[in-house]
Amino acid sequence: MSQRFRLPSGGRVDRAKTLRFRFNGRSYEGYQGDTLASALLANGVHLVARGIKYHRPRGIHAAGVEEPNALVQLGRGARSEPNARATEIELFDGLRATSVNVWPSLAHDWRSINGLFAKLLVAGFYYKTFKGTQGLWQRVYEPMIRRAAGFGRAPTLPDPDRYDHMNEHCDVLVVGGGAAGLMAALTAGRAGARVMLVDEQSEPGGWLLGCGASIDQHPAPKWVAGVVAELRGMAEVVLLPRTTAFGYYDQNYVCLLERRADHLGRAAPAYSSRQRVWHVRARHVVLAAGAHERPLVFADNDRPGIMLAGAVTTYVRRYGVLPGRRAVIFTNNDSAYETALALTQAGADVVTVIDARAEPGGALAMAAREAGIRVLDGRVVIGTRGTRRVSGVELGRLGADGSSAEPTSERLDCDLLAVSGGHSPVVHLFSQSQGRLRFDETLGAFVPGEPAQPQQMAGAINGLSSLALCLADGLRAARAALEATGFSEATTMAVPRVEPEGQSGALRPLWLVPGHKPIGRGRAKHFVDLQNDTTAADILLARREGFEAVEHMKRYTLAGFGTDQGKTANLNALAILARATGRSIAETGTTTFRPPYTPVGFGALAGTEIGALSDPIRMTPMHDWHVAHGAAFENVGQWRRPWCYPRSGETMQDAVNRECLAVRRAVGVLDASTLGKIEIVGPDAAELLNRIYTNGWKTLRVGQVRYGLMCREDGMVFDDGTTARLAPERYVMTTTTGNAAIVLDWLEEYLQTEWPELKVYCTSVTEQWAVASIAGPKADALITRLAPSLDLSDAAFPALTLREGVVAGIPARLFRISFTGEPSYEINVPSDRGLALWEAVMEAGAPLGVAPYGTEAMHVLRAEKGFIIVGQETDGTVTPLDLGLERMVSRQKDFIGRRSLGRADTRRADRKQLVGLLTDEPSVVLPEGAQLVRKDDATRAPPVPMIGHVTSSYYSAVLGRSIALALVKGGRGRHGEIIAARFDGRTVLARIGPPVFIPKPEASSDG
Amino acid sequence: MLLIACPYCGPRDEIEFRCGGEAHIARPKEPDAVTDEAWADYLFRRDNPKGVIAERWFHTYGCRRWFNVLRDTRTHAILKVYRMGAPRPDRGPS
Ligand SMILES: [Zn+2]
Repeated sequence: MSQRFRLPSGGRVDRAKTLRFRFNGRSYEGYQGDTLASALLANGVHLVARGIKYHRPRGIHAAGVEEPNALVQLGRGARSEPNARATEIELFDGLRATSVNVWPSLAHDWRSINGLFAKLLVAGFYYKTFKGTQGLWQRVYEPMIRRAAGFGRAPTLPDPDRYDHMNEHCDVLVVGGGAAGLMAALTAGRAGARVMLVDEQSEPGGWLLGCGASIDQHPAPKWVAGVVAELRGMAEVVLLPRTTAFGYYDQNYVCLLERRADHLGRAAPAYSSRQRVWHVRARHVVLAAGAHERPLVFADNDRPGIMLAGAVTTYVRRYGVLPGRRAVIFTNNDSAYETALALTQAGADVVTVIDARAEPGGALAMAAREAGIRVLDGRVVIGTRGTRRVSGVELGRLGADGSSAEPTSERLDCDLLAVSGGHSPVVHLFSQSQGRLRFDETLGAFVPGEPAQPQQMAGAINGLSSLALCLADGLRAARAALEATGFSEATTMAVPRVEPEGQSGALRPLWLVPGHKPIGRGRAKHFVDLQNDTTAADILLARREGFEAVEHMKRYTLAGFGTDQGKTANLNALAILARATGRSIAETGTTTFRPPYTPVGFGALAGTEIGALSDPIRMTPMHDWHVAHGAAFENVGQWRRPWCYPRSGETMQDAVNRECLAVRRAVGVLDASTLGKIEIVGPDAAELLNRIYTNGWKTLRVGQVRYGLMCREDGMVFDDGTTARLAPERYVMTTTTGNAAIVLDWLEEYLQTEWPELKVYCTSVTEQWAVASIAGPKADALITRLAPSLDLSDAAFPALTLREGVVAGIPARLFRISFTGEPSYEINVPSDRGLALWEAVMEAGAPLGVAPYGTEAMHVLRAEKGFIIVGQETDGTVTPLDLGLERMVSRQKDFIGRRSLGRADTRRADRKQLVGLLTDEPSVVLPEGAQLVRKDDATRAPPVPMIGHVTSSYYSAVLGRSIALALVKGGRGRHGEIIAARFDGRTVLARIGPPVFIPKPEASSDG
Repeated sequence: MLLIACPYCGPRDEIEFRCGGEAHIARPKEPDAVTDEAWADYLFRRDNPKGVIAERWFHTYGCRRWFNVLRDTRTHAILKVYRMGAPRPDRGPS
């Protein structure tokens, strides 16, 4: 019979909407409103997993995010999701899920193996058992552990879903839509504040949805519906169900994960993102996150059918499911009596309460007794029976100090054991927000202490257990939030009346239930962390082996790790450790609560910033031409730059060789639009340049251009480029492509922080200009064709000057600057004319044999001439003197970095200095980055001293051999020395020489 | 992520800013007049207090102005935002 354990009525499921789903290959039915867990329980399925170490059968334990056992692999293919909690998955038609932790199989009982290997799997077994060589670890142990551990599998296909992010500001963010959270949101909403109420479940209400009390004479769920309807009607209120606040950061910055479509399955609309991350700045936060019930730690407390008492109440009342017919309830506090009442009202056959306390408890306990429920006081469960499902319990009489239990002859048969060890406030977000926790002895739990940010805590998070107190606390918290944000409370607010209402009895702290034998003796296991199979004996062993600090114990025993991060386990684990070390729980302290509160998928975190949108792509105005002409591109920062233009049949090296020869023998053109360009304007512009650059700038006349080098204050080169004087108070600076923004920041930093007296403005004009750089012996001929009226004679247009004119009908600035050693012109035109200029250059240059050349040819050409590239020859540890650029360093003035050139370290004789290298074998191109050693050291066993490294290395077509630049210790004094580079298992010898391979002809005037 | 109140733009997320390190470290007016030791101090040595620190921040993706911030390194609370050149507000004139 389908849904044998579904109650005939009650709960919030829609019995008219039957949903079909598959679990571990079998078909089942559930209803709209179910979770996967409630639907499985309705079908009598308790066994859903196996323990990670001992492979013991495990069942559904909780009804919410704190679930440690019921992890499933949800869906298939690209949408497959590992380790989803069955207690959180809303059922939809066609859902498919499989258990994740079933090795060797879910049904097969593997007890004999457990017994054999159990001794190997004690605390710290990772460190103790799996010793040996690294090979043994990789080949044997790790695969074995991974298979045995059996957590879910990540999908291997690209994620087909969309995710997005939203930014939001609000006056009051309320986290948690239970009694306190609803009351707080209602109060803040009625006062007119901008409110966000987030709740992780499918509908707000929390435990009120399964609560038997009445509020203002309505059943609790009906009161919830009324409040939710009112909130939805408020214009300034945002209500987000299925939304988890997972991270709480500085200054009330809270991150939320909204699951927008996961619950719809195949019915999810195409327009909706699957999940959304909200980035919320709240002026005030109300944390009403509630509390998680703790299990009790007793012998063999892990069998399927052993569940948290509050979860049982939820399954009965919210989902209309009876998780068992013969129930035992084991508790140390009053709350589990509600479970007893719920089960009795739902028609369970037998309900027995085992109460560790000798006293009779409070109002709820009295109500249960009056309802005829059997209560056994002062008893504890000291053992359980059953393999795939709990079938019975053994009882003992608890000693007065709680450290021993006298076995009794009482044996109870059961198919459900509901346990409650008290409630732990959900302080995760409070702790993430840097608030201090305080241990409350009467509650036996950590509660929020002093907050560190503008926030209030309300309800069960403060350790309150009664509904009336939680509602009143929600009102109080909202009042405080309104006062802090400057709103006045609406006159209509009052604390609702709750019935029945009565006092709770005190909890009896019980961290480890004693039994037949001392903990760790015999076969019984007392599980503390069900997900990691950590037992009480493991914690005691960790303590004996010296792991007394809570963080050490956690790492040694794995308690509190995993996808649930020990939500049900942590307090029990540290209480057991505290008792073993003779400290109080407060002294022992907690482990750190870190975001995320529950797992967040990478897809959600990435949002839309994936693929082409992960980083902006910058393209020059000539980009489409490069693409059309087969350019191979490289990334330079965010820019796409042509690396070379291979023709059909050419290798990349062939293309680079051809492009280099074209520049040396005819003419080439480079797209130099990406160079950074900064206009520097004002009466003190020259003074700024003089302070920033290492060389002098006061003598530069209008129309002249000069090369400059910049250092950091520590004397290390950080950028270079040319600057031209356009007008008396107007300059344009060029920077390297990658440093354009950094240099602009650098100039502004000094102008604003050190030299505010200078009257200068700096403006980026990189994207306003497109640049074609023409180089080669036929450059003049090409320019003459494009701008016939321009006089290119050395007298009229000397090197290192600029002229304005019309080039190919386009107003242009021409700079006579060479980076290749050949006659060169950089033609700058407004960006929107860049492509027209480029096409005109190609057309006019065709008879001259013009070739477009890319960045690689440009690198080779400049290296042949010994020109450095910042970021290649420099790495932040290289001074101008190391580069042999003394001529660039002025002795007449101060500049950024000058004082540091006089430091002992920058004057060392053995600093690495720029040199040229020529390999013995001309065809061998050294790898860039290759380490260099003395020739004699090349045959010695390492370690041998490294004396330098290769910074640039190419094949030079015009020279017919390889060339390299390198930084070598004391390099300028070593010209002529043979040194060695070792790479790819061989040794290559090279001769040190000056860092220039094609010396300047005598008469050349291009710099 | 900090919420930083730029004195020119108002409160903005930290992602719009760049931290420029400790504030009130003036470049020596005459670098040649200071010893190597003093110059190294200016270049490399910075306070790293557990408590209140004065920092320079730059509103990179906003007004592109530099300003100073007093921040508590224990709590990340921003205690004061003030303009470049103004004296540190929690200390007397020095
Ligand atoms: Zn600003």
